Amino acid sequence: MIDAVMEATTVHPPERVRLQSTRGFSRVASPHELWRYRDVAIEIARRDITVRYRQTILGAVWAILQPVGTMVVFSIFFNRVAGIRSEGVPYALFSLAALVPWTFFSNALVMGSDSLVANSALVTKVYFPRVFIPLGILSAGLLDLVVAFVILLVIASAWGHPPPVQVLCLPLVAVVTVAAALGITAALSAVNARFRDVRYIVPFATQLWLFATPIAYPSTLVHGAYRIVLGINPMAGVVEAWRWAVLDLPPSWPLIGTSAGVSALLLVGGLAYFERVERRLADVL
Amino acid sequence: MAGHAIETSGLGKLYRLGTSRRGYGTLRETLVDAARGAFRRNGGPPDPEELRTIWALRDLSLTIDEGETVGLIGHNGAGKSTLLKILSRITEPTSGWADVTGQVGSLLEVGTGFHPELTGRENIFLNGAILGMRRDAIRRRFDEIVEFAEIAQFLDTPVKRYSSGMSVRLAFSIAAHVEPHILLVDEVLAVGDAAFQRKSLGKMDEVARQGRTVVFVSHNLAIIRALCQRAILLEHGRAVADAPVEVAIDQYLRALEQAASEDLLVRTDRDGRGWRDLLIRRVEIREHGTGRADVLVSGAPVTIAVETTESLPNTECRLTVLNALGQPVTTLDSEQPAPADQRDADLGRRIECEIPALPLAPGRYRLDVVVKAQRQIQDGLQAAAFFDVEPGVVGERPMPTSGSDGDVFLPHVWRLPG
Repeated sequence: MIDAVMEATTVHPPERVRLQSTRGFSRVASPHELWRYRDVAIEIARRDITVRYRQTILGAVWAILQPVGTMVVFSIFFNRVAGIRSEGVPYALFSLAALVPWTFFSNALVMGSDSLVANSALVTKVYFPRVFIPLGILSAGLLDLVVAFVILLVIASAWGHPPPVQVLCLPLVAVVTVAAALGITAALSAVNARFRDVRYIVPFATQLWLFATPIAYPSTLVHGAYRIVLGINPMAGVVEAWRWAVLDLPPSWPLIGTSAGVSALLLVGGLAYFERVERRLADVL
Repeated sequence: MAGHAIETSGLGKLYRLGTSRRGYGTLRETLVDAARGAFRRNGGPPDPEELRTIWALRDLSLTIDEGETVGLIGHNGAGKSTLLKILSRITEPTSGWADVTGQVGSLLEVGTGFHPELTGRENIFLNGAILGMRRDAIRRRFDEIVEFAEIAQFLDTPVKRYSSGMSVRLAFSIAAHVEPHILLVDEVLAVGDAAFQRKSLGKMDEVARQGRTVVFVSHNLAIIRALCQRAILLEHGRAVADAPVEVAIDQYLRALEQAASEDLLVRTDRDGRGWRDLLIRRVEIREHGTGRADVLVSGAPVTIAVETTESLPNTECRLTVLNALGQPVTTLDSEQPAPADQRDADLGRRIECEIPALPLAPGRYRLDVVVKAQRQIQDGLQAAAFFDVEPGVVGERPMPTSGSDGDVFLPHVWRLPG
């Protein structure tokens, strides 16, 4: 009877686990472990989503207010004052289509890089795959991204730019965005566990990164082969792909391809570093 | 009922000290250290601070059978918590291995992972999942958890508005309903009010009797004695005794007394959290008139003096008196100020605490000492001193020589009819 209750309420049947020092990718990339602890991943994501706008007046409206606010500032300074052109679509739409994925990316970086430290009480007291912590931040951000994306489509349609067919490719673009964001966030959160300097560098660095990415200006400002160099910035390709998918602007495939490749590298590299730090995380936090 | 729940072989954990002196390093410190290291390669001796490592656990081989309840005892820093951290997978061992069969639930601190903005209901699901429960299992036991925690009216209130008692009750209740195969418990029963502590203790006993394996760390030897059949005594990361609970506790008590009689500065089981600008050098307990040390008489005026290695501004001191079983009797804390308290530069490295009339019942007592300065715990020693109390006169009333219960004897006056 007691056994029956135990089986019903615990997560797993008795399973022998050997605990010893590990190497390689045995933690971050173990499907068995990730699946075994999936409920923790779901609850952490649910927590991050719930907490995000609790006790705010505007709630999820912030998801669109952030990119729209930046768009207004950009329209005034880059379009009106500096006279930057926007490839035949209204500048406001042109910059908004890029600011929507950028807001996801920059929020993920700023909030995600502090996430391990913010959850140190958890990390030093219970076991679960630590990658769930930056993933929770990303999933909350993804929800924002979907909200902002829908509103972006509404605004674009109202402005006479209904979504083209290739809007259906956006999930694929989102995968590239998430890969880049997860790789960088995981690595930064791991560095932050050791050196809290990251907390001060990241918000500042993201500001600079915003201007290094063709968001306020078109990527065509950069010519020829240099375009591929621009693609080393993963967000350059992401932004280019978003403008193509939402506004039907002609894309530069070499740029997008380079960015996708860099994102994949960042994902693998970031998780590898995360894995290395994860092993002694509870000892350094 | 078959087989081992936990089996370890040559288990060891090496910690590096020195670099994490202030909890975490800044980038600047690391760069400075790296630069220093580069210079040192040209001849200078290595900084001993950097080479300091400590085996928090060393070559530990033990087996715990399914359904056993085992207590872990030992000084601060003997490796008890490190062992629990390895078994619960929070940290990896440096050497050796541990085989753990079945789901492990750890109660290393109640309320782990509570989010203050979330409601009680939301936190039950979050915390339950973190502690290893499936969502449907939580749903099924939800009402039990709420009832045990006695928080039904506050279910939809954010936890940040809970009293500390409420959140502790909720946390313990969730943890107690997880029902893992192996439960690791670290000193959590010292929470909540007395009634809830008794209830928690009952729950732990129930868990143990259901055939689960429980590994239990506590400084409260009475609880260890009540719950465990077997105890393992750790010293400097090694198991020095693995025996029936009474035998292990006796050995531990002897070790404690021996440590108190040694030079306090050589002790390594200190609680300092990385600040250590000051160390406890000597603790002296004296009766005023007679000047006798270490044997006191109930009701007599007593001075407890703590000598430290340095004198720092804003020094505070906390003394905890515990009975022979390690149960706290009372705490004397200078951070709780009274008008008669004085700060006197002439005292130098000496802290004094005066007790006008010692209200302790006859018996043997232990003194734990913590010294703070600059709002940080600088040094702490458990069992810094032992003393015996002999029957005396408290509030003009002679103490009975036998037949009285409890550890204190309060001054009192009766009014009786006729």
